Amino acid sequence: MRKVYKDAKSALAGLLKDDMTIMAGGFGLCGVAETLVEAIKESGVKGLTVISNNAGVDGIHLGKLLETRQIRKMISSYVGENKIFAQQYLAGELELEFNPQGTLAERIRAGGAGIPAFFTATGVGTVIAEGKEEREFPDLPRFAGRKYILETGLWADLALVHAWKGDSEGNLIYRKTARNFNPMMATAATVTVAEVEHLFPAGELEPDQIHTPGIYVKRIVHVPDAPKRIENRTTRPHPTPNH
Amino acid sequence: MAWSREEMAARAAKELKDGFYVNLGIGIPTLVSNFIPDGISVALQSENGMMGIGPFPYEGEEDPDLINAGKQTVTELPITSYFSSADSFAMIRGGHIDISILGAMQVAQNGDLANWMIPGKMVKGMGGAMDLVAGVKRVVVVMEHEAKGKDGTAESKLLKRCTLPLTGAGVVDMVITDLGVFEIDRSGKSPMRLLECATGVSVDDIRARTEADFVVA
Repeated sequence: MRKVYKDAKSALAGLLKDDMTIMAGGFGLCGVAETLVEAIKESGVKGLTVISNNAGVDGIHLGKLLETRQIRKMISSYVGENKIFAQQYLAGELELEFNPQGTLAERIRAGGAGIPAFFTATGVGTVIAEGKEEREFPDLPRFAGRKYILETGLWADLALVHAWKGDSEGNLIYRKTARNFNPMMATAATVTVAEVEHLFPAGELEPDQIHTPGIYVKRIVHVPDAPKRIENRTTRPHPTPNH
Repeated sequence: MAWSREEMAARAAKELKDGFYVNLGIGIPTLVSNFIPDGISVALQSENGMMGIGPFPYEGEEDPDLINAGKQTVTELPITSYFSSADSFAMIRGGHIDISILGAMQVAQNGDLANWMIPGKMVKGMGGAMDLVAGVKRVVVVMEHEAKGKDGTAESKLLKRCTLPLTGAGVVDMVITDLGVFEIDRSGKSPMRLLECATGVSVDDIRARTEADFVVA
């Protein structure tokens, strides 16, 4: 059980230093490693560059690290739900690098897969293309006739992921749309720490169903009571029974 | 007279074909799912990693692990599959999605699209919009024809050139507004064409309220 830690604080022990780069999985508040982020807040580490699709919401998840001004820079695709973020950004206290969401996902995947850069049509002709190498591929039928820009792979010192099930070997299974950025981020950092809702001994998860093989996960912590929040609760009324 | 939001969504729904894989943006495009014609079956993709979006859950059955790209709670269908964000955008970037229907701040007659930022205002980010317009086979914009100011002024959103920062250059195939339906040739070889006028709207009305050049089909 050398990968299993008793709590979030011990799972992060020795890994945190000022000015480091951290990837945080999740889409909105879905599939976020909120327990690990809370432990980062308590550690007081600062000057962080955080790679995350979103920036949490006020007072929740990465919103907490913004309140305590532990984040120096965000690399994200959408940061709409966070007033503190807007205040700090407009005051020039927070750096922001926007990436198109698919480019962000692929930059992380590439970093983890050992690919330094790739060409994509996303962002051609927009501010995203400024300063980037542009190229055409006239000899490749599938890609001819369009322009592409060069995007680089991303890598972090630490990745924080949230999974539904995990085992002592670090194998992970995500649930529904809580998967999102977690599998790529798990591959793209020097150390990946996973929090899991259900922890099993090795051998109890079906090997054919594993999303993230344990090789990518250095440390794992069981969070049976992790908060799961809903940003936009949308429902329909129950059908009226016939009388 | 002009089309309501629902009528615009219903018109956009006519662009769907049986078997299509579809990505709908936030706002009026989301309403399109309420107007899918009888006999047509499509699968709705959500860029956060889901194919086959079902309706909103019944009250009390919301699942925090099951949301769409607007972070709204949704449900599964028998056809549903889940995948990572990288796989989701491989699907989008790789041209596997048949149609994207999305909103816009401005569209130019050459197919340029602006829908993600207004300089000087807080920028929320482009999310997946740049990937969608760059990768999806066909891009349909649904938007109000004019931006209405607080002082009662109205400015055409269908322009010769976009003035806002672009989401994509030469990416729009069709524009549906409250006044009519326009077709754009992305290659720029033929001019933008007005295909249909909304109920009670004349070509002259549209000309008077459109900055872009267009021909009548």
